Amino acid sequence: MKTLVHIVGSGPAGLSAARTALDAGARICLIDDNHAPGGQIWRGGPARWTDARARDAWNLLRGHPDCTVMQDAQVIGCGGSRTLLVETGGRGVPVPFERLVLCSGSRELSLPFPGWTLPGVTGAGGLQALIKGGMPVCGRRVVIAGTGPLLLATASTALRAGAHVAAIVEHQPWSRLSAFGFGLLSRHGRKFLQAASLFAELRGIPYVTGARLVEAQGEDVLRGVVVRTGDRDIDYACDFLAAGFGLVPNTDLARALGCEIVDGAIHVDDGQRTSRADIWAAGECTGIGGVDKAVAEGRIAALDALGLPPSGRDLPLRRASHAFAALLARTFAPGASLRAMCGPETIVCRCEDVTRARLLPHRDWREAKLATRVGMGPCQGKTCGAACAFLFGWSHEDARIPIMPATARALSDFAKQGEA
Amino acid sequence: MSPPDLSSRVVVDGVAVDVPRGVTVVAALVAANSLCTRRSVTGQRRFAFCGIGQCQECRVTVDGCANQLACGTICADGMTIATGGDW
Repeated sequence: MKTLVHIVGSGPAGLSAARTALDAGARICLIDDNHAPGGQIWRGGPARWTDARARDAWNLLRGHPDCTVMQDAQVIGCGGSRTLLVETGGRGVPVPFERLVLCSGSRELSLPFPGWTLPGVTGAGGLQALIKGGMPVCGRRVVIAGTGPLLLATASTALRAGAHVAAIVEHQPWSRLSAFGFGLLSRHGRKFLQAASLFAELRGIPYVTGARLVEAQGEDVLRGVVVRTGDRDIDYACDFLAAGFGLVPNTDLARALGCEIVDGAIHVDDGQRTSRADIWAAGECTGIGGVDKAVAEGRIAALDALGLPPSGRDLPLRRASHAFAALLARTFAPGASLRAMCGPETIVCRCEDVTRARLLPHRDWREAKLATRVGMGPCQGKTCGAACAFLFGWSHEDARIPIMPATARALSDFAKQGEA
Repeated sequence: MSPPDLSSRVVVDGVAVDVPRGVTVVAALVAANSLCTRRSVTGQRRFAFCGIGQCQECRVTVDGCANQLACGTICADGMTIATGGDW
């Protein structure tokens, strides 16, 4: 009987783990909440992929007799220690596992500023995902603001979709960005070339550095944005504002399963093993580092889950990608000065419309939740939890099942099957 | 591969709109110039924000089924989409 490995998430880490496990003679079950494989980096489905690693993996997986793919399947938690609760097609399906590889990716760090709840304001990765999902931006004016390389990637996606990118507004000062450029050039040549070609593609678009968002403006819908650089305010008229401040690992399922979390990421050892002997993790959920890190870690995790040693090429690849991740984190960590974006009347919790002023008197996340309902709406703190951690230093490390909104019907299915 | 110009006709708050096949409900809303998915608890207009099914801002009613995420739902021919923007 072949060993069965369950994998949650079909982004670069998940597809890489799935392909490696199949190659090594295992059976796999790949569970993904999206309608098409690829995660965020390879979003849009196989027909639109340009990365050969994605195509090769999918070509092997598709129709393979030892491969089960559950698409449009949302893991909403776990029942007992070795059963995933999965909602798919409106029904609740318990999925027992023996070996599990978590490739749950990341989500955006969204920091509040006046007007960030207006229709037309999105995350930076958010705008990219929406455009890849077919949202028409041709001829629309777009401003991209915040910090980190995702701003450039989003600008490229918007430009290729026909948008008019009015400006890219980067919080970090030019001195820090040029140090980052030298760091890339000296240690990560390929990344430097990628960045250089991205900049070449974006030439002509104003790139404002050392700046922060002051306000998104509009009555019922976004009309424009004000950014501040030094003591000067600049107004841009725009239809979409994409604001992104980096990514945070998606650890809700890992927490629910009892895996140890360190510094906001799933803690793993050299074999990508979590603190649980039957669970591995790979990709952004173990720390933000990009596609190469995810691919290498996915392969290492799958092999370790099958009791096999890592391949020789993956260890140096992972080492290099971790060094790149550290450089990214040093360069683009959102500075404390960004707290000034959030005024007293700025909404922090979008689900419950809780302002900063209402949160200020409270000592911690738990007390604030009880008093204001911050983090208690449909997203369960997935957006405002990290924002509150940044604004107030509150820890928001609790995972409750369901970790995603679920239908009563799915929950009742689990209850009937004795799993919930 | 199907030609890219194949379209689906969906109805957004009573207005028919043609969108390319395979796009999300958010794409249909923007095509229909309807930049509102729901009203917040204090009555403000909201629209898709995170794009990846985390923030829950883009929930709409699809074919009578409430709380469907517009960013993760693919348009199907004949689909009826109701936003919370009209009240």
